[in-house]
Amino acid sequence: MSIFWNIWIIGLTLACIALVTWVLFANRKVAIKDDEEPENRTTGHVYDGIEEYDNPLPKWWFQLFVGTLVFTAVYLVIYPGLGSFPGVTGWTSLNQLEREQDKARDVHSEIYSAFLQTPIEELAQDNAAMKMAVRLFANNCAVCHGADGGGNYGFPNLTDKDWLYGGSADKIKETITHGRAGSMPAWGPIIGEPNVLAVSEYVLSLSNQEHDKDLAAKGSAVFQQNCIACHGVDGTGNQALGAPNLADNIWLYDGSREGIAYSVRNGRANVMPAQKDMLQEEKIHLLAAYVYSLSLEN
Amino acid sequence: MKHHDIVEKNIGLMIVLIIVAISFGALVEIVPQFFLKDTTEPVEGLKPLSAVQLEGRDIYIREGCHVCHTQMVRPLRAEVERYGHYSVAGESVYEHPFLWGSKRTGPDLARVGQRYSDEWHKAHLYNPRNVVPQSNMPAFPWLYDRVLTGKYTADKMKALRSVGVPYTDEDIAGAADAVRGVTEMDALVAYLQQLGTLLTYKR
Repeated sequence: MSIFWNIWIIGLTLACIALVTWVLFANRKVAIKDDEEPENRTTGHVYDGIEEYDNPLPKWWFQLFVGTLVFTAVYLVIYPGLGSFPGVTGWTSLNQLEREQDKARDVHSEIYSAFLQTPIEELAQDNAAMKMAVRLFANNCAVCHGADGGGNYGFPNLTDKDWLYGGSADKIKETITHGRAGSMPAWGPIIGEPNVLAVSEYVLSLSNQEHDKDLAAKGSAVFQQNCIACHGVDGTGNQALGAPNLADNIWLYDGSREGIAYSVRNGRANVMPAQKDMLQEEKIHLLAAYVYSLSLEN
Repeated sequence: MKHHDIVEKNIGLMIVLIIVAISFGALVEIVPQFFLKDTTEPVEGLKPLSAVQLEGRDIYIREGCHVCHTQMVRPLRAEVERYGHYSVAGESVYEHPFLWGSKRTGPDLARVGQRYSDEWHKAHLYNPRNVVPQSNMPAFPWLYDRVLTGKYTADKMKALRSVGVPYTDEDIAGAADAVRGVTEMDALVAYLQQLGTLLTYKR
């Protein structure tokens, strides 16, 4: 802060305090005195026959004002207020934050470093750890994956054994840390609407849903030509690419005839945001263990 | 109370004295901020909003998002723990008007950028209950249907440039084309996804 602004702030602050003090004490005195006849100590104002006394402020009120002035003086000595004078305690909102963070770190670091050294598979069995993890999940993951991890339309269910990118402990941690970007191209413009409908019928047949056999047979050829690179020859998917298994009747999006056709026609893009810059590694580790534990229960 | 009547009987003088009395706070607490480096210089990497993001911001204002969502993470442990790095003044130097807000019915959005996927934002704005069953946020389904024309985007950028946002001539010339045909949903999501991404803090 430049000298000019220092003087500006300090000068105005002190001037304001001085002015308030002057106003307070100047009004302490009674101007109109008539000790013989106190009833005559009026200001001379008359409103509808009501007269106004010229009395000083009540004592308790006056003293309250004096109290605020004392508070001001003490405050300006202790806390930053006068320009760049930091106050005798050196308090700032940031060093208060840092103190609180350090305190929290002291409490938590031991617990978390123990978690970090425990393999995910083992940590998932630790009830105390999972109780902490539930809170972290609620804060960071539940918005998309649901409070119970049961997922949502477009957001994977974490409690079943169907994994887009793999359900091993390492894969789960990798997914949380670095995020995922699933991308299925829009096939509508490439293969044309009749083929979209045919291949959708074939996809229905993969999960043993009701389907038109002739159309599905036609769709099978389309599938073999365009879809197997990601979804595999038998449509069971590929976890290296995050291509879903189409044969298990578990659907991230709509698994109906129309829903499948929509996905084929318009493609799908879905992103799991990377958490590595948002969460500390120990928390990611703990969350990975929690997600791992979710599918163990079922 | 000597001379009290002088003030009471001269309304002009009274007005002047009232203004003097109430201006101290502003002179001390607000005026210096216009000249201090901490509050006038952008944080490293801060860029003006792109044309689409700028339109998204105006939709944010139109729909009143700032009425229920703040964009101000205070330097308190609980907030930093939940939302990430506390907000700094340098992040808001291109904001006219700023959208810090004053009431949190919903969570703070100052660092919401990149926290959720685009698809999540769209699903959530279409109907918040679809993804967060207990949410009391209103649904904004019309954002899907309304398409931007970009008619006033360049004018908005010019107006912002006149108050110090460093838009280039190319930015302004390309604004209408960049925005035309974009749905309001995409614009709003583009705006949300850049919020607060310059400063990171691992919670």
